[in-house]
This record gives sequence, structure tokens and C-alpha cells, in this order.
Amino acid sequence: MHEIGIASEVIRAGQVEASRRIGARIVRIGIRIGVLSGVDRDALDFAFTALTQGTELSEVDFEIQSCPRRDRCLACKHEFESALYSEPCPKCGSVETILAGGDELDLSYVEVEEP
Amino acid sequence: MTVIPVEKKVLGENQRIAESLRECFQEHGIFCLNIISSPGSGKTTLLERTLQGFGPQEKVAVLTGDLQTENDARRLARFGFPVQQIITGGVCHLDGRMIERALERWSLDDIDLLIIENVGNLVCPSSYDLGEDAKIVLLSVTEGEDKPLKYPSIFAKSELLLLTKTDLSPYVSFKIEDAKANANLVHPGIEILELSCTTGEGLDNWFRWLSRRRENMLQRLCATHS
Repeated sequence: MHEIGIASEVIRAGQVEASRRIGARIVRIGIRIGVLSGVDRDALDFAFTALTQGTELSEVDFEIQSCPRRDRCLACKHEFESALYSEPCPKCGSVETILAGGDELDLSYVEVEEP
Repeated sequence: MTVIPVEKKVLGENQRIAESLRECFQEHGIFCLNIISSPGSGKTTLLERTLQGFGPQEKVAVLTGDLQTENDARRLARFGFPVQQIITGGVCHLDGRMIERALERWSLDDIDLLIIENVGNLVCPSSYDLGEDAKIVLLSVTEGEDKPLKYPSIFAKSELLLLTKTDLSPYVSFKIEDAKANANLVHPGIEILELSCTTGEGLDNWFRWLSRRRENMLQRLCATHS
């Protein structure tokens, strides 16, 4: 359960971005989490609600986008999406693959309303 | 409405600290391991056997993380190497800052091998880089062989899987081959070693892995410095 820490980090970073614009009010924050990030989407959602309830951020919408696992074939270098677990390369059939994505834990954007 | 594109890592601050730790380890020629598992898979016992196997001239140091108590540090300090307990006070993982603070108390020139025993947890520690050269995950035969499927993040990020407590295999239904297949589904080609700290079986392979990886790191460092 480290989602509270992650959610507060997101909120803090969002506030830093918004504070660069005078009078801007945060409307939405976009986050990307990979299936291998170790972060649970529901727990993160819950953490956002818990941390913003009763504050000036209570209306902020948190858009959580899930990212799939990506593997790269060591034989033909083809990069492809897999489910949670590795799959053989769809191009050449090799099972020799390495992880190429899916552990994202990124703040992608902050949407603000300006006066 | 204005959309401000940000595109940065949520744990960017931890990442920054981890990178600076990594640089610092390289400068001092320190090989660093981050050992992760569920509570009770045998991390501390493995470290006891590991420290026991080193001669007094070896420059090994251990940081061990727990929510509470100094018990693990006490167990490990018996071997005469520097050991520090990091009490997280409820936090479920170690982060870069905790490592940085702990290392301030030691002279890094006196360390060649730094072993970090993370908090017993297969989830959260996988998100926090500690500047290590390799993550190692332990899975004991008294657990479920589907753990790699249930906790794919940590098995995908670990370089080595240690299957521990193999002396108990005859008494439990754990199927070692299934566990290996599951780990390979999540992390194709992951290195796997089987060992028992009670009988000592398989520890020789663990020590070989350790010296091979340390050797590789030193060779890489020499290559970049020459």
C-alpha cells in the first residue's frame, strides 16, 4: 500500500506545475501506470479521493491511463504489446524476449482553468 | 482550459537520488544488491549464511529494512561486518533517501559489497530504485509456486530468483518446475538458483553468482576508466 505516497507525489507535482500560472486552478491531472508498475489502480483512485476530500482539490479529476506490457524480441528486434506475461514474438515466433515497457508511473499532464 | 504537458516520472525525485547513489557506488567500486521477498522467505537467513561465508578481509556492509525492531541488524551484526537497521516506522518499502541517509554514517571506501535487505513485501519495493546493480527476489518452497504470476512486477525486474528452503521440498506441495515456468513467463530467461540455508545445499552456486557478478562489474568499471 504505497499508493498514498504516490498519490501525494502526483498532487504535489501537479500543484507545482499549476503554480507557474497565476490564478490557475487544477481541473484534471493525467497519470499513466503500467501493468508492471506495482501500483494498483483502485488503490490509487482511493488515495486521490482520501487526500483531496474537503480540500480545494476535491473537484479535481484524476485520469488514470493504464499502459500494457511491452516486450522486445531479441532475435528480430520487433517490439510488441503482450498481456501481463511474456508472449512469443508475433513476427518470428521466438520466445527470447526482453521487457521493453509496462512499468510506467508517469505524470502526463495537468489541465488548468485560468482566470 | 489549458492542458500543461508534464511527462515526468511520479517518483522522479526517488529516481534522481537512486541515480546519484548509483554514480557514487560506481566511483567507489561498490557492488550493490537489493534483496526483496515476502516476509518470511528467508532473506535474513540467506544474509547470515552469506556473511558467514566471507573472510574478515572482505569489505561487506548490510542495510536491513523493517517496519519495526532492530532484530535483523542484531542477527547480522554477529558476523563482524558493518550492519545498519533502517526502521521505516510503517512504510512498506525502502526508498533512495533512506539509503542515502544511512550511508552518511559509513565511509564508502571501506565497502566493496553493499547488500540491502528490503522490507518484506513483494509489491511496493519494486517501484523504488535504490541505485542497486541488481535486484534479487526470493521465493521459498513454503509459498505458492504462482507468486511470480501474482506479483509480476518484482519478478520482471529482478535479475536473479532464489528458490529458498529447498530442504523442505519433500514436505510441501510446491512444484519447483512450475515456479520456474511461472517466473519465465513473467521474465523470460531470468536466472534461477535453488538453495537451502539449513543444509547449505546450493549455497556454492549463490556464492559463484555473487563473485561472477562482482567480477563483471569491476571489469566494466575498468573498461570505462581506461
